[in-house]
Formats: sequence, C-alpha cells, structure tokens
Amino acid sequence: MALTAVNSKKKPEMMEQEERLVYNTKNLNLWYGDHHALKNINLGIKEKDVTAIIGPSGCGKSTYIKTLNRMIDLVPGVKTNGTIEYRERDIFSKEFLVEELRTRVGMVFQKPNPFPKSIYENIAFGLKIHGIKNKQIINETVEKSLRGAALWDEVKDRIHEPAYGLSGGQQQRLCIARCLALEPDVILMDEPTSALDPVSTLKVEELIQELKERYSIIIVTHNMQQAARISDKTAFFLNGEVVEFDSTDTIFNSPADSRTDDYISGRFG
Amino acid sequence: MENTARVKSEEMVGRIDGRLMKNKVIKGIFLAATAFTTIILMVLLYRIISQGAPYLSWDFFQNFASRRPEQAGIKAAVIGTIWMMSVVIPTAAILGVGTAIYLEEYAKKSALTRWIQMNISNLAGVPSVVFGLLGLTIFVRVFGFGNTIIAAGFTMALLVLPVVIVASQEAIRAVPNELKEASFGLGATKWQTIYRVVLPYAIPGIATGSILAFSRAIGETAPLIVVGIPTFVAFLPSGYLDQFTALPMQIYNWTSRPQVEFHNLAAAGIIILLAVLILMNSVAVWIRNRFQAR
Amino acid sequence: MKTPNQDVSPVQQLLEKKYNGGFLNRREKIIPIVLFIMAAVSVLTTVGIVLTLIFETVTFFKDVSIVEFFTATEWYPFSNTDPVYGIWPLVLGTLKITLIASLFAIPIGLAVALYLSEYASTRTRKIMKPILEVLAGVPTIVYGFFALTFITPVLREIFPSLELFNAISPGIVVGIMIIPTIVSLSEDALSSVPEPVRHGALAMGSTKWETASKVIFPAALSGILASIVLGVSRAIGETMIVSIAAGSTPSAALDLTSSLQTMTSYIVQVTTGDAGFGTTIYYSIYSVGFTLFVFTLAMNMLAQFISKRFREEY
Repeated sequence: MALTAVNSKKKPEMMEQEERLVYNTKNLNLWYGDHHALKNINLGIKEKDVTAIIGPSGCGKSTYIKTLNRMIDLVPGVKTNGTIEYRERDIFSKEFLVEELRTRVGMVFQKPNPFPKSIYENIAFGLKIHGIKNKQIINETVEKSLRGAALWDEVKDRIHEPAYGLSGGQQQRLCIARCLALEPDVILMDEPTSALDPVSTLKVEELIQELKERYSIIIVTHNMQQAARISDKTAFFLNGEVVEFDSTDTIFNSPADSRTDDYISGRFG
Repeated sequence: MENTARVKSEEMVGRIDGRLMKNKVIKGIFLAATAFTTIILMVLLYRIISQGAPYLSWDFFQNFASRRPEQAGIKAAVIGTIWMMSVVIPTAAILGVGTAIYLEEYAKKSALTRWIQMNISNLAGVPSVVFGLLGLTIFVRVFGFGNTIIAAGFTMALLVLPVVIVASQEAIRAVPNELKEASFGLGATKWQTIYRVVLPYAIPGIATGSILAFSRAIGETAPLIVVGIPTFVAFLPSGYLDQFTALPMQIYNWTSRPQVEFHNLAAAGIIILLAVLILMNSVAVWIRNRFQAR
Repeated sequence: MKTPNQDVSPVQQLLEKKYNGGFLNRREKIIPIVLFIMAAVSVLTTVGIVLTLIFETVTFFKDVSIVEFFTATEWYPFSNTDPVYGIWPLVLGTLKITLIASLFAIPIGLAVALYLSEYASTRTRKIMKPILEVLAGVPTIVYGFFALTFITPVLREIFPSLELFNAISPGIVVGIMIIPTIVSLSEDALSSVPEPVRHGALAMGSTKWETASKVIFPAALSGILASIVLGVSRAIGETMIVSIAAGSTPSAALDLTSSLQTMTSYIVQVTTGDAGFGTTIYYSIYSVGFTLFVFTLAMNMLAQFISKRFREEY
C-alpha cells in the first residue's frame, strides 16, 4: 500500500531516466512526548517536482514538512528515529549543521511572517546572516528575488518602506522572495495560502508553477483542489501514516486505497 | 406554594431601594478614596513647587554646597548623579538584558532555572538599605573602591537589576514565534536570530521597563548613605574613582537641617529631581505608545 | 560531502565557505556561557547579601551576647561606658510605623482598587493609572520631606501634644507610599476574575456592591492578600521617610507621639555619622540589617506562598 516513488515498479518508463531524489525518508518515526505523531514514514521526493502533502487536520503533514528542515527541533520534547536523507546526506547527523540544511532548503510558513523591517531588509536578511556584505550582490539579489516572486513590479518604488505596509498576499510573496534570495535547492511550503484571500491564493499558485522550473517544491495543503491544480505528486497522510503516494493524477482519479478515495471525495476530513 | 413564592419575590423587589442606596453610599466612599490619592499627589506637588520654585535660579545650578543657604547650589549633586548613572545604566542594562536572554532563550526548564527566577523576584523585594550594606562590604571594602562613583554605581545597578531583568523577559517573551521561525528557516543560528530578530523587536519594551528602573536609581537615597557618599562636596569628580555627591543626598542633607531656608533649598532640589523623573517617565510612555501600534 | 555541485547556485557557493570555518559554531557555544555568567550575577548578589550579613553579624556577636541582642529591651550603642544592644526597640519602632501605614493604606488601597475595577469608567481608569504610577515613582526622600515639612506640622496643629518627631506622620506617609503597590496588585487580581462570573451575579439582580463584596472580592482574595503582604514588606524596609520624620530615639514605649527609631533608620544614623570601620557599632548595622532582611524575606515568601497556594483556577 504505502508506495514510494523509489520503489515504484508501476512506471517503468520513469525508471529509464535516472531518478534524482532531493529527499529520501526511511522509516521515520516521531513522537511528541508520548504521542506517536509520525509512524514509519517512507517517502522519496523527486527533484524539480511539486510534491503536495494532503490529509485531514492532525494527520502529521505539517509535522512532516517541519521535520524536513528540522524546524521541529524548536518544539520541546520531540523524539525521532529513522532517517531523512537530503541529497544523500543524513539531516540528523552531527556533521550536517542544521543552519546549512536550512540555507539549502527554504521554508514558507502558514501565516505571512515578514520581519518588521523594510522590504529590502527582509530579503537582504538571509544574505547578511550568512556573511554576504557586498552591496552590489545584495542589491542584485533583492531585485532578482522580488522578480522571482512576481512582486518586483508592485514594490520596486518602495522597497525601503516597511514590509508591514504590504497586503497579506504581497507579504506572503515577499516571504517567498526572502527564501529565493538564498537560491535554495528545495522550498518547503506549509499551507502557504491558508491565510490568504482567493485572488492572492491564485497569484501564489501561479508563482509556484513558475518556481517549479528551478526549484523542488514540497507543499502541505488542506485544500485538495490546490493540490490537484499545482502538484505533480501527492502524498496522502492519515493518522501519522502515509496512506498513498503517487502521481497527483492517480491520487485524484484512481486512488489505490479506499481511504484516499474517501478523503478525496469529501467523505471525511 | 405559588402564592407564597410570589409574595416573597415582591418582598424582595420592595427591598431593592435599600440595597441600591447601600451600593450608592459605598460607591461614594470608594470614589472619595480614589479622589483622596489624587489630592495627596496634588498637595505634595503644590507644596514643593510653591516652596522651592523661588529658589530655582541660575546661581542655584552654578553653586556648590554651602553653609550659607543663599549661596548654596546643586551643581555637584547634579553632575554627580550624571556620573553615577553613567555606571548604573550600562551595567544594569547589559547584565539585565543578558540574563533575560539567557532565561527566555537558552535556559532549560530545570530546577536551576526556576531557582534563578525565584531568586530574582526575591531580590526585587530586598530593602534598598540592605543593598547599601552589600555595596559597603563588597564594593567599598572588599574591592577597595572606597565611597566613590564606581562603588555607588555598582550598588545601584544591582538594586535595579531585578526590575530590568523582569521587564526584558516580558519584552522578549512578547516577540512573535513566527518571526523566530522565519529567521531559523533561513538558516540563521540561534544567536543571529536573537541578535537580529528578537532583540530589535523587544528593544522598545526593554527600554520602557529599564527607563523606569533607572529613574528609581536616580531617586534612591538609602544605599548612597550606607555606602558613605558624602553630602558636602565642593568639587566636581574627574574620574570614576572620585568621591561625589548625588541629588537625593543633597536633598537629604538640606532636609535634615533645622533652618527653613535649607528646607526651601531641599524643595528646589526636589523640583529638579522630579523634573528629571517626569522627563524619563514621559520618554518611557512615549516609547511604549510609539511602538505599541506594531 | 556528497553534494552534487552542479546543483549549487552561485549564492549557495558563497555560503558553502562559511560552513568550513567553524567560527559560527564556536560563537554559538560561547554566547550561552557568557549569558549564563550574567544570569549568575543576580544569584551572586543574593549570595553576597546573605554572606555579608551573616559574616559581619557573626563578628558582631563576638562582642555582644546573642542573648542580650534578643532579650534586652534597650538599644543604646553610643554609650562610651556601657552600651546595650537589645534589638527590640528598633523592631518595635518598625512595627509601629508598619502598623500605622497598614491601617492607613489597606482600606484606602482596597477601596481604590475596588472602585477602579468594579465601578470606574474606562476614562476614569485611564486618568487614575498614570496618577498612581507617578505616586509609585515619587522617591522616598521626597515623601520624607513631605512628612516632615507638611504632614507633621498639620498634625501638630490638630494634636498639639505631638512631638516634632513621631510615629504617626511618617506612618501615614509610608502608607501613602505603599498605596500604589496595594492598588495595582489588588486591581490586577480583581480584574482577572472573568466577566461571566460578574455577569452571573448581576443577572440575579445583585447590585454592584453585592457582586463585588460577595463574588469578586472572595474570588480575588489570594491576589489581594499577596498585595497587602508585599505592601507591608515595603513598609518594613522603608528607610528615608522614617529617617527624616520619625527621629532617632530607640524606644521600647508603646507611645506613638514621640521620637523613635526603626531598624532602617538606625542603619542610616550610623552610616551618616562616622562610626569607624571595625567598631562594634559598625558591625551592629549588619546585625540590624540581617534582622530586617529576615523580616522582609519572610513577608515576600509569604506573599509568594499565598498567591501560589490559593491561586483561583478559572
């Protein structure tokens, strides 16, 4: 049942071109104190795919995405076992600094969370903390990132004004731009549109479509239509387990597991 | 049954007038108590201003202490207080904010942490005169600073330290978790997150609480007396290991003399002291209002 | 490191260097240690206070018998021939001041707290908050001046038998000083009783007073008691008001109209004069300071105990 892309034998045509994984999760378990929140997760996430993670509230999808860049470490009392490999490096190993992981893997959060600084400073933040002081590089990166997040035209005349003056949707795209400034390999998105209105949501979704050309994107969403619209692969989580992981097309049109079918057709969740 | 019930409730309604009257009388008493505290403050301010204002002259600021009231001035005390605060502010701010960061961001929820926290709140309740005894023993005698600016400054810094710590802790705790997450998410280390995200956000709150603490240090007298700060000083300090006098010491000295002229000088000194404190409080309130909107 | 390099972008390549330095790692390890040392200063302050008081008090008891200290009813250290060190008159002086201050401040403080939390409009509250803050921020030296130059003369107009230095005037002014403490902590306790509780009582036809006295006040009792204990503790430790307006005559008499001395004002009297270092008088201020410290520590711990033990759960 819990098929992973790695072991998938269903699609031999995929096996022909070498599959390159950005993330490979093997037998991951996670506990919050006594609560077993993730149970034996096995997932291989492919490079330059948009991978959607769906499931009802409390199924562990948010916990899983936060584990991928170890933001989960900030929660007290979390225990894990199993491994997650990012580009074949164990993210839990001592040699792999968590700061390096998070530099290579960007994250966009549920609620837009720009810093109380100017638009420019928000984007320059990542560069500055990593010791890049060259003004020219910073200026170029700010513009490039804002263009990359489809925000440049809207803010180019006021990049030194406070980020809090932007609308919610613009703020979320600013947060995406902030991520892009570090030119990450993977972008994790934890329900990035849940706090946005439909028009802003649409813009962010369009942006994701553009970004997938260059980045691998993993997105948690409670909105199934969104998953169907934007993702290539979809993983369905339930009670801390991966019920099914396959191409989005298969998940939404001919799921193998009856529970997936129930969830997709709105019988629970 | 029904009948008696109705009679009873009518009786109750009949009693309402009396109960309302009682409520009104008590409200009146409470209001009077509230008004009383305001009146006390007004009387206090009026007395001091009417007594001291005529003595506020340029000479008063220019002159040193003197045995003759008409020649006495407050120069040494004002300058001395400034010198002392230049020790108190950096010492208490660095130690206070550092401790607050440690307790809020680094300390594990252990028995040791709880003990440190309890210790800080107990320290806030220790009488200032006891801090004076600490300063006298440790700074004046053991460290051998003598009754100098640095000894008084360190004593005062320790006195206000608990207030600075608690205010800073509250300000740091109020920083939204989302901002810290954003910073960590970009690969920032813990200290980078604290230094570049948490502190800038918390600074207005820290400043508001700390300014109030520092204004307490300006007005405190007892610890200065105990560490042996002189009241009759006719020179300006030129270094931190010099003797000095401070505003409240000068006021105390004038108050404890029997002649009314000296009491008037004390009132004039109090006007200056209160003006400084009101200025500092206004700055604190201004910072609070200016940044609260965020 | 097996990172496939062709995937690493230019900025990422710049960042790569950073992780080979190890500098960051070292800084991240040193900073918490430095901060811990700063936190240790406040602990050391407490330890310093306790050790200072203990050591110097022990030295004092080499000269003076501990039995005399606790049982003699006279405090007469300045005698050249026959000094007596019985702490009781100083404790009694402190208790007199504290008693008068409490009798004055508790009713007024609670009345103001009840008025502000139960009756006052938002506007009144907005006006009263800063007034109380100012009252709390007035230095005690100013209160001392006010006691000596205003309250005492006014009281002596009314009661001519009152001496210039007495217990009543400084007692009242210490009371004024602790009113803001009592008001602000009691008001916090009263306002933290949830609105539904208030509405429940009012909906049964209770007047505001009945609601306040029978429902809100009992519910907030632990916070109110804690505020009173803290106020009393501040009164015990208050130094300048009593030094200025209560005189410097240690007295075992119960009289409130004549000069007296408290523990705090004795310390001030000795340190203003020039009792030489190393004399018995010099060490006596530590024994008095120690006694004072024990009193206030006990009160503060009592306040903490009350607010923890009897905390209302809503």
